[in-house]
Amino acid sequence: MLKRKDILGLSDLKKEELELILDTAESLREVSDRDIKKVPTLRGKTIINLFFEASTRTRTSFEIAGKRMSADVINISASSSSTVKGETLIDTARNLQAMSPDVVVVRHASSGAPHMIAEAIDASVINAGDGCHEHPSQGLLDLLTIRQAKGSIEGCRVAIIGDIEHSRVVRSNIYGLKTMGADLVVAGLPTMMPAGIEKMGVDVAYSIDAAIKGADVIMMLRIQKERLSNPLFPTEREYSIAFGLNSKRLELAKKDVVIMHPGPINRGVEIAPEVADGSHSLILDQVKNGVAVRMALLYLLAGLKQGDN
Amino acid sequence: MKVLIRGGRLIDPAQGLDGLYDLLLKDGKVADVSPAGKGKSDVATVIDADGLLVIPGIIDIHTHLRDPGYEYKEDIESGTLAAAAGGVTAVACMANTKPVNDNAAITQDILKKAGDTGHVRVYPIGAMTKGLAGKELAEIASMKSAGIVAVSDDGMPVVSSEMMRVGLEYCRPLDLTVISHPEDLGLSAGGSMNEGYLSTIMGLKGIPRAAEDVMVMRDIALAQLTGAKLHIAHISTAGIVSLVREAKRRGIRVTAEAAPHHFSLTEDAVKGYRTDAKMSPPLRESSDIQAIKEGLKDGTIDLIATDHAPHSTIEKDVEFDHAANGIIGLETLLPLTLRLVDEGVLSLTQMVEKLSVNPAAIIGVEGGSLKKGMPADITIIDPEMKFKVDRKKMKSKSKNTPFHGWEMKGKAVYTIVDGKVVYKEDNYD
Amino acid sequence: MAKQKQVLDALGVQRAVTRVAHEILEANMGIGDLALVGIRSGGVIVSQMLAREIKKIEGLDVPLGIVDITLYRDDLSAGTHHPALRSTEIDFSVDDKKLVLVDDVLYTGRTVRAAMDSLIDFGRPKMIKLAVLIDRGHRELPIRADFVGKNIPTSPNDVIKASLEGDIGVDIIIND
Repeated sequence: MLKRKDILGLSDLKKEELELILDTAESLREVSDRDIKKVPTLRGKTIINLFFEASTRTRTSFEIAGKRMSADVINISASSSSTVKGETLIDTARNLQAMSPDVVVVRHASSGAPHMIAEAIDASVINAGDGCHEHPSQGLLDLLTIRQAKGSIEGCRVAIIGDIEHSRVVRSNIYGLKTMGADLVVAGLPTMMPAGIEKMGVDVAYSIDAAIKGADVIMMLRIQKERLSNPLFPTEREYSIAFGLNSKRLELAKKDVVIMHPGPINRGVEIAPEVADGSHSLILDQVKNGVAVRMALLYLLAGLKQGDN
Repeated sequence: MKVLIRGGRLIDPAQGLDGLYDLLLKDGKVADVSPAGKGKSDVATVIDADGLLVIPGIIDIHTHLRDPGYEYKEDIESGTLAAAAGGVTAVACMANTKPVNDNAAITQDILKKAGDTGHVRVYPIGAMTKGLAGKELAEIASMKSAGIVAVSDDGMPVVSSEMMRVGLEYCRPLDLTVISHPEDLGLSAGGSMNEGYLSTIMGLKGIPRAAEDVMVMRDIALAQLTGAKLHIAHISTAGIVSLVREAKRRGIRVTAEAAPHHFSLTEDAVKGYRTDAKMSPPLRESSDIQAIKEGLKDGTIDLIATDHAPHSTIEKDVEFDHAANGIIGLETLLPLTLRLVDEGVLSLTQMVEKLSVNPAAIIGVEGGSLKKGMPADITIIDPEMKFKVDRKKMKSKSKNTPFHGWEMKGKAVYTIVDGKVVYKEDNYD
Repeated sequence: MAKQKQVLDALGVQRAVTRVAHEILEANMGIGDLALVGIRSGGVIVSQMLAREIKKIEGLDVPLGIVDITLYRDDLSAGTHHPALRSTEIDFSVDDKKLVLVDDVLYTGRTVRAAMDSLIDFGRPKMIKLAVLIDRGHRELPIRADFVGKNIPTSPNDVIKASLEGDIGVDIIIND
């Protein structure tokens, strides 16, 4: 059983915990295939989706996950940072706590915000993505997708390509994949490679061709133009020439390589349409697994309270 | 009004003294220094300093008293009380108040308020540029007449090299030190901690050491060009220590300071998104701490100053990247510096130089010695007293310290300004 | 002091399963629209044993499913230990089927309640009947088995241990 109040990242999750979450998610996938896509498990539980940063995709996924488990799901869009409102983040957290939620799902543009909220409240907190830090539910759904496609994560060569520095998906994936025994390479422009990344136990490449050679899994990252304060490459065209994944480049990878992308994709920038829609692509499996993984997290945190262990 | 401080270990590098002495204070001045036991005992007030250190009052040349404008964080009354509690007898306060101390009227206001409510001496530092905007010079000469002791745009670097050159040139004949807050705003933009592996895994934008180093290189070049007195604030990198050492060797008029947090804490203090460890420049790594200690030991770094920067919960209980920079430091300055003595980095004499002698010299104020006739500004320290830092008991209005809960050894038990006890530790008689 | 006593040996289990299989077919008048659903985990093997018997008798495979009741438990937050969640596997439509829910031991009836709620979320069966290998009594809900392998009177402190793989047998452990 999961002996923790919060899921703030994959950095401190042990292999057994990851496996428990993945196994639970695997079992829960079936619920979404039913005609009546609802089980009563979390009846009477309250889940607050507290999104300080817009994200239709992740919010919807958590909302569907909660509702399929019969929880009451409330969406709160906090559009601005707490400082602008004249109250602190801790004030915001305490106000939420007063409404007695069981789980608070937090998305925030600032790294560490879910961590601070989790310390301030009794409810479980799930980090739905914080700044450039972690996005654990995305990392978990990627693990589940790879495990389904490859049978096992252990020994898989995974190439992650794109804006490594500004990606929370990368960090969660590195922790999760390393714990599960995968072999990783990250690749991108030097201007998008964070300091000391190699200390996370990954190979670092500055060319896409070097990274995808022999890869079992290729994970392409979105070029998040909105997150770049000043451009770290000259044009999208030049980026695409250097780091875009197209069918010709795909020949360098293993024959049974699978392609993943956390979405939303920039067609024609980091990934060519024929690759995104091609037979190697698992992009829609990722979305489906997203609901199952989030159901598993809600079940393991809200369904089974601390005393259960 | 006479006070006799009896039998303490007096450390006064200016007189070459380190031994047991009696110190007689009269009318706010040091009236007599005599070997222990020889002091007259017919005075009203006797402080038994047996087992205690008696040193020239600590002068902190880098504080933010937040007054005027941000009195909810700190004001002159509370800030100087925190100083007194920390054994500090004089503070120089930075100009980044609201309004900015960029004209003589504000300087006079600060001094008036300090006279009315201050517990220790207050020396205003004037802005180098109007509104700290880095565009045009403030009325530095008028402020000097009003009482400023140095100029600085601290909190903000002077972005334009030409503006910095002009400021240094303008201050040279006034014999005012220009204190530089070295930061390249382009390199530090959006950053909230040291750049490295830890910032990468915390997902925070890092500030590279180069953001400071390049500005120090520039400022040293400009000090050489102008011949003015340059003082580098809050050194955080090993690179700056080397740069300053080399500049001094070449005879450039540059001095430098280190803050206690920069030789006591590494970036690890921010783990868990502790905003009380967020500051500018950021906490760095143990190799930087080592270099700063070496710089203190060999004299490259002239003095220790707190960069006391009070902030309330509204600035600190927020997202890490939105949180304000800075920590309070007046009440932890002395015990953290005494750790350097314990570690053998500094002798007690060197400690007194870094806390009192050199600060007085660099901002050109009286103090730094207990010679007969000097102002009776004295810090009396119990070097063995153990205490636990408790933010709730601190005198500063703000509680933003990363040292909460630390076990410390060594504390100011009497703080004397102008011959009067302005702070006395409980249970000390 | 705990005492352990066998109440059914391997042959006894087999006889009970055979009889229940006959009773199910008799009540249903053959295999038409019939489907078995075993409750995880103990009911799964019993349902497989019943399916084998039915095939022996009728020569036909009966649809066989598995229901995991974890998501339907009424004691999720009660602080008890739960087995890990596993999936429900019903790869046939339950609409208009005559379902026989199968478990090894019937006790409080709460598990059966949860299993019925789960089945109904899969569609609208024509009817649901209940077959169990052992009925030990002490119901907490108005639930009654339609087909029972053996009734064993117990006290609430006793433990019924049904081993259905390898060394087959049902034991009762009596705690005084």
